[in-house]
Amino acid sequence: MVNYIWVGMTIIGIVFALINGTIDEVNKAVFDGAKEAVTICIGLISVLVFWLGMMRIAQESGLLEKLSKLFRPLVKIIFPEVPVNHPAMGYILSNMISNMFGLGNAATPLGIKAMEELKKLNDGKNSASRSMVTFLAINTASITIIPTTVIAIRMNYNSASPTEIVVPTIITTLLSAIGAILIDRYFHYRRSRKG
Amino acid sequence: MSLSTISITFIPLLIGSILLYGTFKQVPTYESFVEGGKEGIKIAVQIIPFLVGMLVAISIFRASGALEALMTLLRPLMNTIGVPAEIVPLLFIRPISGTAALGMTSDLIASHGPDSFIGRLASILQGSTDTTFYVLTVYFGAVGIKKMGDALKVGLLADVLGIIIAIVVVTFIFGMK
Repeated sequence: MVNYIWVGMTIIGIVFALINGTIDEVNKAVFDGAKEAVTICIGLISVLVFWLGMMRIAQESGLLEKLSKLFRPLVKIIFPEVPVNHPAMGYILSNMISNMFGLGNAATPLGIKAMEELKKLNDGKNSASRSMVTFLAINTASITIIPTTVIAIRMNYNSASPTEIVVPTIITTLLSAIGAILIDRYFHYRRSRKG
Repeated sequence: MSLSTISITFIPLLIGSILLYGTFKQVPTYESFVEGGKEGIKIAVQIIPFLVGMLVAISIFRASGALEALMTLLRPLMNTIGVPAEIVPLLFIRPISGTAALGMTSDLIASHGPDSFIGRLASILQGSTDTTFYVLTVYFGAVGIKKMGDALKVGLLADVLGIIIAIVVVTFIFGMK
């Protein structure tokens, strides 16, 4: 499916540009897009190195395991296929907690570690497991407590109350995360009935 | 305000506790840090091809004007289900480009005012959803997953649901004005 979407976006874009006369912009877009991607990855190196270094200490000292014990009941419901003592649990939890505090920088390396552990659980296969889909569904629904960037923008434009959107954002984000889990469950049951 | 204080102190406290606990448990902290960090470089380099492929396709789709045409096509439909026309571009950009969405959000807040219906809705949408394509590309790319399964479908449907919830919540809490 990714293959079709990827080719689809590119071909539709090129055909559209030919008809629309925007071929110059498309030429520029090819190189700008590639450059932006590399810039993002280079920018990620610093946070990846730092947080994965920190997390290695947390893992070796057993801190990660303690954390996962604390939230075990909740996460067990959301990820029924992950064994309770598996390191994946610790990473999933730390990723969710970092996201909640709006620490996207710390969340990404932790999420990647979680994915690595989930892949091990899936015998190293190169297809997505049920737990991976669930984990990413929750991540794209992005549970936030403090949307710092948005508050900053609102302050910039002289909002009477820049933080008034905090509570509605929490409500929205919680409801949509629950929704994401339900949608994920629905697709899982559809898959298991077919197979 | 206390929440943002928590947010600011969270990282230094986290670093401090990890280091103290590691020392207490007699982990060779510095060596472990370096070993873990090495992995970070590997991952960052590994993601590059995935992200280049995805971002180039997205850039072409946007720059050609195809995205805009799609939005114009869907705008009447969105209006009939109660989505204000001004917010439609943001809905389409949000899952595919984080920076573009942020730009659009500040633009909407600037032109409609932060305390308007549109301004509040844009604020909440920006805060409560994420760049689905980016998240999937980076996470799956980093661990070499080629078959995404239902992940994209689930992610995008969750985005649609998030948008609907945001509109309902804003209307309910602040009213239509």
